Amino acid sequence: MTTTDTHCPYCSLQCGMRLRAPQAGRPEAVEVLERPDFPVNLGALCGKGRSAAAVLSPAARLTAPLVRDGRDGALREASWEEALERAATGLRAAQQRHGRDAAGVFGGGGLTNEKAYLLGKFARVALRSASIDYNGRFCMSSAAAAHRQAFGIDRGLPFPLADIPRSGCVILVGANPAATMPPAVRYLRELQENGGRLIVVDPRRTATAEPADLHLQPVPGTDLALALGLLHLVIADGHLDEDFIARRTSGFAAARAAAMAHWPERVERITGVPTEQLRAAVAMFTGAGTGMVLTARGPEQHSKGTDTVSAWINLCLATGNAGRIGSGYGCLTGQGNGQGGREHGQKADQLPGYRSIEDPAARAHIARVWAVPADELPRSGRSAYELLDTLGEDGGVRALLLMGSNPVVSAPRAGHVTERLGALDFLVVSDLVLSETAQLADVVLPAAQWAEESGTTTNLEGRVILRRKAVDPPPGVREDLYVLRELAARLGVRRGFPADPEEVFEELRRASAGGPADYAGISYARIEAEDGVFWPCPAVDHPGTPRLFLDRFATPDGRARFAAVAHRPAAEEPDAEYPWYLTTGRVVAQYQSGAQTRRVPELNRAAPGPFVELHPQLARRLEVAEGDLLAVTSRRGRAVAPARVTDTIRPDTVFMPFHWGGAGRANSLTNPALDPTSKMPEFKVCAVRVERAGVRPAEVTG
Amino acid sequence: MSRRIAVVGAGMAAARFAERFHALGGEAEVTLYGAEPRAPYNRVLLADVLTGRYDAEAITLPSGDAALRVGAEVGSLDTAARTLRLVGGEQQSYDQLVLATGANPVLPPIRGLRREPGGLKAGVHALRTVSDCRQLAEHAARARRAVVVGGGVLGVSAARALAALGLPVEIVHQGPQLIERQLDEQAGRALQGGLARLGVVTYCGNRARAVRGAERVTGVELAGGYLLETDLVVLACGVRPRTGLAHSAGLLVRTGVLVDDRLAASAADTYAIGDCAEHRGVVHGLAGPAWEQADVLAARLSGADPDAVFTGSRPLARLSAGPLEYAAFGEVADEGPGLDVLRLTDATRGSYKKLVLRGDRLVGGILLGDLATVGAFTRAYERDDPLPREPLHLLTTLGAF
Repeated sequence: MTTTDTHCPYCSLQCGMRLRAPQAGRPEAVEVLERPDFPVNLGALCGKGRSAAAVLSPAARLTAPLVRDGRDGALREASWEEALERAATGLRAAQQRHGRDAAGVFGGGGLTNEKAYLLGKFARVALRSASIDYNGRFCMSSAAAAHRQAFGIDRGLPFPLADIPRSGCVILVGANPAATMPPAVRYLRELQENGGRLIVVDPRRTATAEPADLHLQPVPGTDLALALGLLHLVIADGHLDEDFIARRTSGFAAARAAAMAHWPERVERITGVPTEQLRAAVAMFTGAGTGMVLTARGPEQHSKGTDTVSAWINLCLATGNAGRIGSGYGCLTGQGNGQGGREHGQKADQLPGYRSIEDPAARAHIARVWAVPADELPRSGRSAYELLDTLGEDGGVRALLLMGSNPVVSAPRAGHVTERLGALDFLVVSDLVLSETAQLADVVLPAAQWAEESGTTTNLEGRVILRRKAVDPPPGVREDLYVLRELAARLGVRRGFPADPEEVFEELRRASAGGPADYAGISYARIEAEDGVFWPCPAVDHPGTPRLFLDRFATPDGRARFAAVAHRPAAEEPDAEYPWYLTTGRVVAQYQSGAQTRRVPELNRAAPGPFVELHPQLARRLEVAEGDLLAVTSRRGRAVAPARVTDTIRPDTVFMPFHWGGAGRANSLTNPALDPTSKMPEFKVCAVRVERAGVRPAEVTG
Repeated sequence: MSRRIAVVGAGMAAARFAERFHALGGEAEVTLYGAEPRAPYNRVLLADVLTGRYDAEAITLPSGDAALRVGAEVGSLDTAARTLRLVGGEQQSYDQLVLATGANPVLPPIRGLRREPGGLKAGVHALRTVSDCRQLAEHAARARRAVVVGGGVLGVSAARALAALGLPVEIVHQGPQLIERQLDEQAGRALQGGLARLGVVTYCGNRARAVRGAERVTGVELAGGYLLETDLVVLACGVRPRTGLAHSAGLLVRTGVLVDDRLAASAADTYAIGDCAEHRGVVHGLAGPAWEQADVLAARLSGADPDAVFTGSRPLARLSAGPLEYAAFGEVADEGPGLDVLRLTDATRGSYKKLVLRGDRLVGGILLGDLATVGAFTRAYERDDPLPREPLHLLTTLGAF
């Protein structure tokens, strides 16, 4: 009986946990224990974390490779040799017929840094294809783009979570940590216990909004106007930090003009938030000494997500709330390695260390580390939705390697994306479970998971932490790093793809050195000794950087940049045919596409399936009651799920969680209108019709 | 040579058009010709520039990457030749023309308003431009008391602002109550009460007949013969579209420059938006509809949505002047066939709320003094949805969203 200190497999909080493994051969008997000394969660875990070991059970997961004979054959078990050979052949054949970019890679924000790094290298070196992106594009890409525009660097939080209770006032925008990362709620509670104020912006009065000092409940898709309206009042009511603006920022005049175009009465009309509440929010935020704004997917997953985040950053800059302890803008990243996953080369336009793939110096550096000629490195490829949207088409990807993602459930306009996946010549999926997407594959590779392999992740604070292997994977299951090594070898690249995670990390350190996300000074040993190391950490004797921007921002002139942004409507607003807003989100007992959590009985008991949340006024109007099956229809598809009637939601809006596939799949409805900068799709708002469904409950499955 | 769009006027509609045209990726050289000597600004905020809440420089609006010609008044147009001539004589050609000339304050028929020759008598002010505002603020600083002629939205805002500067203020209003175009009698009275608490006395049903004083204002004489002594007068008697330029260019003009749903005037490649435009018989004269028109025209001319049309607006009157606040729209009269009226009055808190329903539709409403439900109230009006039988949630937050 041994115990291993490691981290949770789920969200970006990456809570510390201790695993106690029984004798070999019974992985489902692994026990999850508290690890009280890890600073982020101090032992606390949510239901998902506590029950994480259930997914280790062979009953819940894949234990042998699967292959499909012919288009219409069923998946059957195969040897690793056969599966890998088929996978390599499928990728190679597409490239021979349609060119290098016809073989593509789609990654995930749940992959460790080592996997993300090696996956990017696999695409650029083994496939020499520009076609790679990942589901993190659907996660925090808008915040990342705004962050880089304003601060010159993108780290979700520029400060440790422990700074939150030291702030005077926190505005949480479209974030619901009570459901998405429950152990983080303690920081908000401590904030309020210390006398700090909490303002929550959300179209729903969530469990996070309930205890807030002020809850603003805007129309979905209007956070941008709201932020501009608050900045307007900051200016009008004399709360500008003129000294900070002069010393540490640039571009204020244009941002002020943009705010002048959003006066309170106009913002009230757009957002539905009374001016009185706008004034109260500004008074609270500016009266507190220090303030933070934290955004999550609510304001970010829009076709104007980047500008929306920029507007919230403007509010921080105008009030001097950045680069000082207890203040600043931060993004609550979603996926387990949402932060690290975006730094090391899974993104269509990036190389490791958060380098631009179009920057000649960055290309030269990475080419040296990879021992390839720089001019052989591909250029930028298509962003996630654009990549999925063109699968199987002329000029699109024909053969795809998909690792750690389940776009059949999680992509916008998922019905269309499913069709595109079906149009591929060849699909190979590496996953721990037979996800909805894996079910479409020609080859399925059963992957090891969190407790069965080591690797680093970078949590939402920018803290690089180490997951440690606690048990052996079941026979028949292999690690993703092994898969990449074997596929690269079969594609003719026999060097540079180590299967040992620490060896990969050592290479990642060299690759990231000198880049914005610099890991050069971080080692497995240091992570263990220091409870994680905050990047940038350019040298072994560098302490890491828990707090960014205290002296200067990471822009060329050291100043943070205001953005001149203007509100505009959502890509699709309600009309006579589709009269209601749909917004999508999460419930506490499920995680992302549910591929893992829907295989845990205790979580399924708590959250058995999808639902449609609507206000009693709307329910009366539609003449439906709690539990009635509702059909929700958009221009892209239809979803059916039972009604859940609650007065915590706006009467003009319905909400659906997106964790399920099948008839209740929320993403059948969502709009793939993309943000021009971040390429983020508009998950958080579209127009729908709602009516009683003409089907029986038995037809609806999770 | 790239396409040139000339915008005559550099007010709110012009700035919005230029900003949207640029944001939508429109490719053309856009030039704004403004008579005022400064960049476009937010006129809605002028009353609070007067109180000092906003710095006059700080209310500048964005205008995309348009070229700004300030102090450049356009004197004549030739829509056939596609040229315009500035008052100074300079001629410019264009491919498309946008008239956004705005409106002028109406000068009421009052004796002694002007000094001879030309111009307003010393101490008499309009409140339409930053320059008006600056002169008024300077004067207000040394004035002893003020009279505002006109009890519409602008008059009430101006009176409140002057009161905030510490002046005793009197409003002379010809109508039966304040802002009778947007409010009913009870709301008008409540507003009058609110103003009284700020030190503003209102005389409704009274007409100003003459401005007294030889060189400077000394008083305002009412039609009934009563004399209000004052050394400062603000004229707030409404505005009239500036159509002189369009008229001399031969464009069809009624109250405003006539435009269709494309916002096109009666000559090719000529458009009009904002306070100078008359669409389907309506001159809106409000910032909201002006910006909706600017958005439509920017979408059309930038190519972002060449088929965009303006089919009208559902304007909501929304005053927030210090402690005085209301939102109102539609038919607010009590009487009418088939109308139901719901009313909540709270004399202690000075709030007054009213819904006018026809069947299950909201056709008018007022929230005054307590705007906690303004979000739902506005939505209900904008969406024009059937309402539940007792739509109390639009009046109170108690027990309902």
